[in-house]
Amino acid sequence: MGSILSGAEAASLVRALPGVDAVGLEARAAGLSTRSVKTTSKAHAIDLAISMIDLTTLEGADTPGKVRSLAAKAIRPDGDAPATAAVCVYPSMVAAAKEALAGSGVKVASVATGFPAGQVPLDVRLADTEAAVRAGADEIDMVINRGAFLAGDLERVFHEIKAVKAAAGDARLKVILETGELATYDAVRRASWLAMYAGADFIKTSTGKVGVNATLPVTLLMMQAVRDYRALTGVQVGVKPAGGIRNTKDAIKYLVTVNETLGDDWLSNEWFRFGASSLLNDLLMQRQKLKTGRYSGPDYVTVD
Amino acid sequence: MSERLRVKKTYKLYVGGKFPRSESGRSYPVSSPDGTELANAALASRKDARDAVAAARKAQRPWAGQTAYLRGQILYRAAEMLEGRAGQFAEELADATGAAPDAALGTVEAAVDRLVHYAGWTDKYASVLGGANPVAGPYFNHTTPEPLGVVAAVAPQDDPLLGLVDAFAPAIAAGNTVVVLASEDRPLPALSLGEVLATSDLPGGVVNLLSGKVAEVAPHLASHADVNGLDLTGVRDADLAASLEAAAAETLKVVRRPGKGADALDLLRQWTEYKTVWHPAGMAAGAGGAY
Repeated sequence: MGSILSGAEAASLVRALPGVDAVGLEARAAGLSTRSVKTTSKAHAIDLAISMIDLTTLEGADTPGKVRSLAAKAIRPDGDAPATAAVCVYPSMVAAAKEALAGSGVKVASVATGFPAGQVPLDVRLADTEAAVRAGADEIDMVINRGAFLAGDLERVFHEIKAVKAAAGDARLKVILETGELATYDAVRRASWLAMYAGADFIKTSTGKVGVNATLPVTLLMMQAVRDYRALTGVQVGVKPAGGIRNTKDAIKYLVTVNETLGDDWLSNEWFRFGASSLLNDLLMQRQKLKTGRYSGPDYVTVD
Repeated sequence: MSERLRVKKTYKLYVGGKFPRSESGRSYPVSSPDGTELANAALASRKDARDAVAAARKAQRPWAGQTAYLRGQILYRAAEMLEGRAGQFAEELADATGAAPDAALGTVEAAVDRLVHYAGWTDKYASVLGGANPVAGPYFNHTTPEPLGVVAAVAPQDDPLLGLVDAFAPAIAAGNTVVVLASEDRPLPALSLGEVLATSDLPGGVVNLLSGKVAEVAPHLASHADVNGLDLTGVRDADLAASLEAAAAETLKVVRRPGKGADALDLLRQWTEYKTVWHPAGMAAGAGGAY
């Protein structure tokens, strides 16, 4: 679904957004992270979090073999634990992931558009996207042009996202804002709206490749944006925090925040994802602890 | 001129190289045998035990990867630090156990000597416990002792300093990391020993000291899947010891039963496992090289 707005319209709508109350936002996020989730609720939260993971490997050293073992883990993480939502890889690994995940219901997500910096010409970024889709990617994780965004060229960013959306075809498009490089909450709010106006199916916080990745306040801000966007346009957009979410406690804080900000409509892997790799092992260890009553350890989960 | 108020020490846990209070916020009063109240010590909870095991696990691989010589140097350094504070420890020990001052000082000196003794073992025990095995074939066959990993120990109840040294020193000399639950009624010398270890270049997490109730904390250490060895020396209650041993068996831990006397080499052997490697000998010899 493409946007019906012109670049100039979207840019002026985005520029008219109110500023963010940073103190209020951080206080709200801190308040939401004090909830105590225990026993059966915790077990439910852990399984839900596992089913929301985009199990990710984005290394120069990725091989088809490594992707296959990751895919096996995504399909059957541990005993009766649910499968993860997707496996997230570089475009060159999409074919290997697709083959390993065939028939499992686990999706293949591919980063594209010159991930992680995105500092390559637009036609190269589009070709990157088309190649990933051709190889079988169900979802495309694109990066926005932060250089253009920070220089104030919102129209250009808008048109680029639209172009990638067209190139992605039927694949769901996740737009990575790279909030760690956007510097202010105001910029995150603008980038979120701009991406949604341009046709994003998901907005995602980070690449995981810069110093500051997903934080709870930033993710809360993006959740508020998708909530308000649906109220305004009727279109639902998903949210994906990525990078830096390493343990069960953090994951549960995010789930609490989804529930309090967006409600049940977003509490499935159709609309909320975690971009993570080491998080899964911690969730599995906590799951084992709940089942057996014993603290678990790294010897009882896979080495990735 | 008013009389100066004495600054009293807060006795805290020693976990991951830091001195945290208990996660639970609890503490308990510690008294000398004659009933004089000495101080409040942190009362560790199961989550403190969990955090300590996590810290020990994190520190284990780097610690085992250090050279045996360096591990010895660090243990020797701990002995130096303890020697320098012998007076303080003798006082704490006398308060804790009711021992006469000169007897307490003697115990501290014995603890210093014990640390030096284990410092000396670090680069020698592998030769004593392992070695080259004669085999009927063209192979070199070597056995080497390797650390178990993370050892959890319930330190002796009556011997709060020297017994504590025996609870952690052989394990770390062999490359393990340890979580020690100090004497329940007399934890203060152990908690002070944490300060000695923290200033001995011992990496954080190699030794973690908890103070608290054996019956509360030990079951969580015994059942913890990430603990490889369990020392029950300080468990007085025979039923509890049996149930801890049963819990430890669930995850195949090496267990040292209470009341089992042992010399230094036995203790080193307790916390190691053996790896045997076969290496073809014919290649170098057959090629007629200068091997």
